Amino acid sequence: MSFALANTIGAVFAAPVRWLAASIDAPLRLWQRLTGKGGMIAFFLMPNIIVFGTFVIIPLFINFAYSVTGGNELFLTDRSFVGTQHFDRLLTCDNHFDPSSCRDDLFWTAVWNTARFVVVQVTTIAIVAMGTALILNSKIPARGFWRAVFFFPVLLSPVVVGLIWRWILQRQGLLNFVMIEMDLTPVNWLIERDWAFVAAVGVSVWAHVGFYALILLAGLQAIPRDLYEAAEMDGTRPARVFFRITLPLLWPNLLVVIVLALIRAVQIFDEVYVLTGGGPGTSTLYLTQYIYEIGFASILRNPGLASAASLMMGGVLIVLTLGQLGLQRWRDRA
Amino acid sequence: MSRIATFLTRRRGDGGRWHWTDVVTWLWLGAGLILMFGPAIWLVLSSFKTPAQLAEFPPTILPYVSETVAVTLNGETRNLPLYDVILSDGSADQLAELRRVGTVAQMIDPADPETVIKVPITDRRPVREVGFAWDNYLKPLEAFNFGQYLYNSVFVTVTATIITLITNSMAAFALSKYEFRGRNAVLLIIVATLMIPLSVNLVPLYSVISTLGLQNTLWGVILPTVATPTGVFLLRQYMLTIPDELIEAARMDKASEWQIYYRIVLPLTAPALAVLAIFSVVWRWNDFLWPLIVLSRKELFTLQVGLNTFAGELNVQWHYILAMTVATMIPVVIVFVFLQRFITTGIAGTGLK
Amino acid sequence: MKRTAYRLTIAAAMAAIMAASPALAEEVRIMWYSDGNEGEVMQDLLDRFMADNKDITVVLDNVSYQVVQEQLPISLAAGEGPDIARVTNLKAQAEHWLDLTPYVADPEYWRANFGGQADWMRPDGSDAITGFMTQLTVTGGFANKTLYEQAGVEIPGPDASWDEVVAAADQVAKSQGLIAAFALDRSGHRLSGPAVSFGANFIADDGMPAPVDDGVKAFVSRMVQWTEEGKNLKDVWVSAAGSTYRAAADDFINAQIPYYYSGSWQIANLATKIGNGFDWVATGSPCGGAACSGMAGGAGLLAVKYTKVPEAVGKVMDYLGSAEIVKEFSERTLFLPAHKGVVEAGNLDFQSDDPNVKAALSAFVAASGKIAPNASALSAWKWANAYYGALVTRTSQAMAGELTLDDAYARMNDDIAEQVKQAGQ
Repeated sequence: MSFALANTIGAVFAAPVRWLAASIDAPLRLWQRLTGKGGMIAFFLMPNIIVFGTFVIIPLFINFAYSVTGGNELFLTDRSFVGTQHFDRLLTCDNHFDPSSCRDDLFWTAVWNTARFVVVQVTTIAIVAMGTALILNSKIPARGFWRAVFFFPVLLSPVVVGLIWRWILQRQGLLNFVMIEMDLTPVNWLIERDWAFVAAVGVSVWAHVGFYALILLAGLQAIPRDLYEAAEMDGTRPARVFFRITLPLLWPNLLVVIVLALIRAVQIFDEVYVLTGGGPGTSTLYLTQYIYEIGFASILRNPGLASAASLMMGGVLIVLTLGQLGLQRWRDRA
Repeated sequence: MSRIATFLTRRRGDGGRWHWTDVVTWLWLGAGLILMFGPAIWLVLSSFKTPAQLAEFPPTILPYVSETVAVTLNGETRNLPLYDVILSDGSADQLAELRRVGTVAQMIDPADPETVIKVPITDRRPVREVGFAWDNYLKPLEAFNFGQYLYNSVFVTVTATIITLITNSMAAFALSKYEFRGRNAVLLIIVATLMIPLSVNLVPLYSVISTLGLQNTLWGVILPTVATPTGVFLLRQYMLTIPDELIEAARMDKASEWQIYYRIVLPLTAPALAVLAIFSVVWRWNDFLWPLIVLSRKELFTLQVGLNTFAGELNVQWHYILAMTVATMIPVVIVFVFLQRFITTGIAGTGLK
Repeated sequence: MKRTAYRLTIAAAMAAIMAASPALAEEVRIMWYSDGNEGEVMQDLLDRFMADNKDITVVLDNVSYQVVQEQLPISLAAGEGPDIARVTNLKAQAEHWLDLTPYVADPEYWRANFGGQADWMRPDGSDAITGFMTQLTVTGGFANKTLYEQAGVEIPGPDASWDEVVAAADQVAKSQGLIAAFALDRSGHRLSGPAVSFGANFIADDGMPAPVDDGVKAFVSRMVQWTEEGKNLKDVWVSAAGSTYRAAADDFINAQIPYYYSGSWQIANLATKIGNGFDWVATGSPCGGAACSGMAGGAGLLAVKYTKVPEAVGKVMDYLGSAEIVKEFSERTLFLPAHKGVVEAGNLDFQSDDPNVKAALSAFVAASGKIAPNASALSAWKWANAYYGALVTRTSQAMAGELTLDDAYARMNDDIAEQVKQAGQ
């Protein structure tokens, strides 16, 4: 029923789009004759490039300009050139693995917290998404409903996600109430260091796992059924089927999941910020929060330092992505 | 009936035996149901609680209000709160509280309002009934220009989504169906900018908006969001699967490049466009930080910015925030309920590889 | 400077156009945030103003405090912004406020009644009139009288020391099985009053930040120790990184802690949420070795320099700053007024049925007289926020066990020095 509905909606939208598109065909034909294919490529790319250039590339350059200027002023003309001062401050450490030996201890605390978070969160997402996808792909009743159940949190805004879980996990929250009712000792989830980390990972997994599970589900459904039937005839054990058939064929999708989850995990901010505020102490202080507070939220802001930190973070992410692209190319060739 | 029963208890093992994978499956699904929906239900129930009840511990699952009783005292009728009381002789009774002085409550029996009974406050518990604090919803809806905010949110969401679909699909078409110098460079830049979260780029972006005079306009909210690299990336990956032969054949028939784009490629990309549209709607609807920076005039507020006005410096009026959060979630949930199948199968179908 | 000149030209051109066109209603925008009902009260007052002044439309933009803290500074830096704004960060943004002297009806009235706080909101050495405080706040303690009675513990008197207050609260907490003895909001401003009571002085002779002294150390080390001993409610301070503000009001409202150090702005909040739950009293600030000081503070209503309608802004400010409006606003919002005439007349009739409220308000008025000079100087000091930020960030890390006290003090000094260095560039 919803497909029919969607098709109707699609048709309703498509009609005016077609009409509009047809009405500008004549001038575009002229443009094509005058400028050839190159002109058309430019035409197709232009709207995106204009928007992209104005709102992504230019701010990036401004960001760079911030990182080499000092002061609290927000407008570039009011700032003075300080060279690599901010980078020096961020990078000065006796031992980079020990934040307390660094000039900017909070930055390095955030770096190592983020690294730990990324490893644990991405692994958890991959495992939970895989489990969910396998189960959603098996013969269960009301599959559509269960798909919706796991996908639902993806629709919520990160702020709401953080808020809901804060109300559940705080000392006087729902979870502790349930634990008291069950005669268990309540735990101060957001104040105990280890539990707060678990909470940060768990809540971000909760919010995103449905999306990744669906990507994996798509991959599972694309695996030819006869492969499984053949395996069943041979009496192959389920675990062996998973490792010999499912996992290798699902690998492209799993890679997409890992890369997307990785990028998101490095940028983790809103939900954890609302949930723990970076606490207890600084144990869930992550890079984006550090940058946001230094450059923006604190009363005496230091945009230069924040920009330097964000450029370094962007650099790391680009290396990670290039790594992924390389991996994909290598896989395509293999 | 029996068919439903068979349907519900259908499992992998033959002959009705439970295989261990069935147990795992149903445990997983059950836990998923509680974990995924539970918090949202808790949010909805909490949004009906009074401020005092929200701060209360232990919390109650359902919202309650104290029961009161009308008592006429010295010719004056007052509503007094009712309490379950254990009297000094150990018997239980229901009394109305007149006033409380320190640790002692002065209580009266509603049937006999003349006699004041003194009860230690530890021996009384309020009588409460389930009741919804509709005021959490009604007061903000009056004070806060909900209609205007809703309009702004819808305008931002719809416009941004339409522009996103047009610009991203055009760019994706050029990047997937033409060979040209610098194509890989463009792609790389697009992917690279996927990496930089908005929250670290606010000030530079604001200076651009301010230079263009777009601060305090809805366009200032819309335009920076439409160049989503994710959209270009997703559509391009999908368009790569459209066979080039189709396009070549159209060129033979003297179709213009523009016609190829809108008559051939665009319809074939419909599933991916639908997914991008849905995500764009969800993202733009939930956008918070950027609209907060651009919009400071109340006639321009979106719902997300509007509901945040209940967060003060020293106090946050949670009861209003929760209620308005639920109210702003409703449209997304409705979209989801109707298009759920389409959304979930759509993502599965985009061949995100 | 160039930008200002450019703005002035535009403004002049605009003014010329405006003058030529038939009289249009001038629009004045006020950026306002609310902790409680003050937005509604303000709207009501403004409606009355507009009924009497048909040529001026005042639009009250209710925003979240986050907008005032994060968005307003950027738009001010860009030479934009509302015409009037309610802000708490008064001094650091002083260069953006408009001097109302030529636009208000009687500058002498303003100097006489709001002069006490004028230095909080103008650049050092200036005699400009830039606005007024919509509310004055004083930090101080609240005690849950009912819990103290149940425990049979006397609430320590006004001259009690911090150690005595905490010891008494601890006795109550132990006997009543509560989660902690006391809580203090996570805020550098809240920490500073007690620190000054222990003899702290943040300001060096040259007006720049002094290194943390023995007074600061005396209170910070006590707080950390009280946290370790479970007397100070750990959640409040440990539950965030950086200088994020956290209030502990909910735990006091739930009768989970007998003593809560916050400030006069909590009165309306406590009254609504506690209701008849228990009796509570305001106790002022406990003493250290040097004083029994709290901190003054509050929010101001400031005219913004970039307004295009300064005359209309002057009229609105005159109206809102008039004695009867200040009086009504304070009575309806349960705020302490900053207007000298209103305070001296002393006939405020705060609108609340709650008997605890009036007693608490008078307790805070009394406490405001005990603010030490070192504490009141901070309100008009440019570097106060740098100091507060460092205090919160590092003290909470010490409480969380991430830093030793000595490291925390060293980091505080580094943080402050870094801020000073940045601002000098």
